[in-house]
Amino acid sequence: MSTADGARRIETAALARVEGEGAMHVRIRGDEVLAVELRIYEPPRFFEALLRGRALEEAPDITARICGICPIAYQTSACQAMEDALGITVTGPLRDLRRLIYCGEWIESHALHLYLLHAPDFLGYESGFAMAADHRGIVERGLRAKKAGNRLIEVIGGRAVHPVNVRVGGFYRAPERRQLEALRPELERCRDEALATVRWCAGLDFPDLERDYELVCLRSQRAGEYPIDDGRIVSSKGIDVAPAGFDATFEERQVPHSTALHARVRERGSYLTGPMARFDLNRERLPPIAADAATEAGIGEGCSNPFRSIVVRAVEILFAFDEALRLIDRYERPDRPFVAYRTRAGIGHGVSEAPRGMLYHRYEIDDAGEIVAAWIVPPTSQNQRSIEEDLAEFVAANVRLPDDELRRRCEQTIRNYDPCISCSTHFLRLEVERE
Amino acid sequence: MPAATPTRSTLARPKLAVWKFASCDGCQLSLLDLEDELLTLPERIEVAYFLEASRAVVEGPYDLSLVEGSVTTRADVERIREVRRVSRHLVTIGACATAGGIQALRNFADVGELAAAVYPSPSYISTLETSTPIAASVPVDFELHGCPIDRHQLLEVISAFLARRRPAIPAYSVCVECKRRGNVCVMVARGTPCLGPVTHAGCGAICPGHDRGCYGCFGPMETPNPGSLSASMRDLGAETPDLIRAYRGFNAAAPAFRAAGDAHAAESEAEA
Ligand code: SF4
Ligand code: SF4
Repeated sequence: MSTADGARRIETAALARVEGEGAMHVRIRGDEVLAVELRIYEPPRFFEALLRGRALEEAPDITARICGICPIAYQTSACQAMEDALGITVTGPLRDLRRLIYCGEWIESHALHLYLLHAPDFLGYESGFAMAADHRGIVERGLRAKKAGNRLIEVIGGRAVHPVNVRVGGFYRAPERRQLEALRPELERCRDEALATVRWCAGLDFPDLERDYELVCLRSQRAGEYPIDDGRIVSSKGIDVAPAGFDATFEERQVPHSTALHARVRERGSYLTGPMARFDLNRERLPPIAADAATEAGIGEGCSNPFRSIVVRAVEILFAFDEALRLIDRYERPDRPFVAYRTRAGIGHGVSEAPRGMLYHRYEIDDAGEIVAAWIVPPTSQNQRSIEEDLAEFVAANVRLPDDELRRRCEQTIRNYDPCISCSTHFLRLEVERE
Repeated sequence: MPAATPTRSTLARPKLAVWKFASCDGCQLSLLDLEDELLTLPERIEVAYFLEASRAVVEGPYDLSLVEGSVTTRADVERIREVRRVSRHLVTIGACATAGGIQALRNFADVGELAAAVYPSPSYISTLETSTPIAASVPVDFELHGCPIDRHQLLEVISAFLARRRPAIPAYSVCVECKRRGNVCVMVARGTPCLGPVTHAGCGAICPGHDRGCYGCFGPMETPNPGSLSASMRDLGAETPDLIRAYRGFNAAAPAFRAAGDAHAAESEAEA
């Protein structure tokens, strides 16, 4: 690479293989990294403002349209926030169904990311299509897993993207037991294959990067349960609050270079949410099949290299298949598909674990059931600061790489987060500016 | 993205491009959800520009461009014109691109006020007053409905353009699909208000299939009669604010739904 005399600026086309688009800007002088900014330029869609005056029942379907890759996360957090405001709780088979459809979303989203978007980085391909030419078996296995996840969502929710069956209080219609039973053979096959994928991922070549994050995720209040749909908010530095404590614990800031707000722990700073946080703070709650696979893959004692998040995702796919089978085993169709409620004014909080991290919703509703105020904090805005910090460290340690290679590695660093930048974004460019 | 006159591709495989404007990505995800066809699709069509799936970019012109999302910024007005210039056929996918999407609810409000409700420093945010469909900026060859689109319909559209024929996508209502599937009518049997009679088919009538009313995510059918439907919905207990919200949803700015929503909004003002 050239020594940095004078300004040098390299631009690429939009950053590919993230769902949604954004832009990244790195400024380097000599060997010193001056600035790293993840710019998010998605034209804002103003969801929180548009929700005002809508009926509380509409929140799950409207907020689902924030992200087509994790609609069930939006629907679940919205439902739970409304149920909190209305003073009802969803339990038993209805809660199991909610967790089951969420397993489908973890599977389809993680499988898409792992096999089609992230693995090509490790193997040096431009896309999953290109990778399939040499690694057809792996890509086909990924598509099978993804399809099985989508099938689970379709059977419970009616369709894979923006399912129609989720409502405040539960579901419009509970599936028959035999409909779920019919999914078993394929789920079992995919669980076996997921185990093979954990092993395959463990053998990839990981760039060095060790980080000391504050990890934030949910912890289920039910003993021995890995967090998906609900729980208390906990962190590796001692946070332990109910969802209602989100506001007192975290804050959002606007930065000029982004239309996504940045979240941080009040009076502390950035934090990490998503698979690595969930795994680190809950791995003793994984079923034996997933815990053993993690140990065999070398992350049994935890994982602080973000490039290894691909292994953690593989472990979570395995867990989600296993959990789905467990939930199907004990499913009995409930008499009523939802918990009834009486409309009243109130404030409610809901948090769940989207595939890419914690998703918080808060609503204020009036006595006619209309939304007065809405506040939504998606995972990518929580992780944005951590992504920038990873990039700063990674670029500082690899500043002598040629620009093309550095660019490729920076993209990979961003993709470690599976960022659903469409939470608030558009064009994503990567610029490396050397002074 | 060089501007060029689109010509019939000299290579055997036509080039496909997928573009994103203001959207949730759910419609382009439907392409990746074609798990069974995904790996053989590149045999028939070159995936030349699809950033959600590949960092490789093949230069235009493109034989078929799929466009997701609505136009909400000045820069995007320019960008969609460029996309049109390099595209032989341009097909919009989904309610955002076809009708402005849920974000078109801004068209009924004051954007400055919306920005101030979401951002501490709204002056950093640059955006247009309205969210408009792609066809408001450039000519469109075919519009595929749905929020999200149905992936099998997407496959039909791609196949049709490859075969240089018109896609076989019926424009009748969700009601017809209910009858085909043998669903019991949720309005008749359960007294549940339903937009099915005025909504474009394509989803397979999945809401009524799950004991709920259609909420119009495929937008208006070809010749809808919202006036008569609104009357029936009132008989089932829907009040004016419910009717406004029903039409002002994911296809609020589609002409037929906009007119119906505006009419009920006017009633609401008269009632007040
Ligand atoms: S039409 Fe609906 S599903 Fe498609 S991109 Fe827009 S919001 Fe997403
Ligand atoms: S029934 Fe209506 S709201 Fe439901 S998926 Fe079909 S078109 Fe969309």
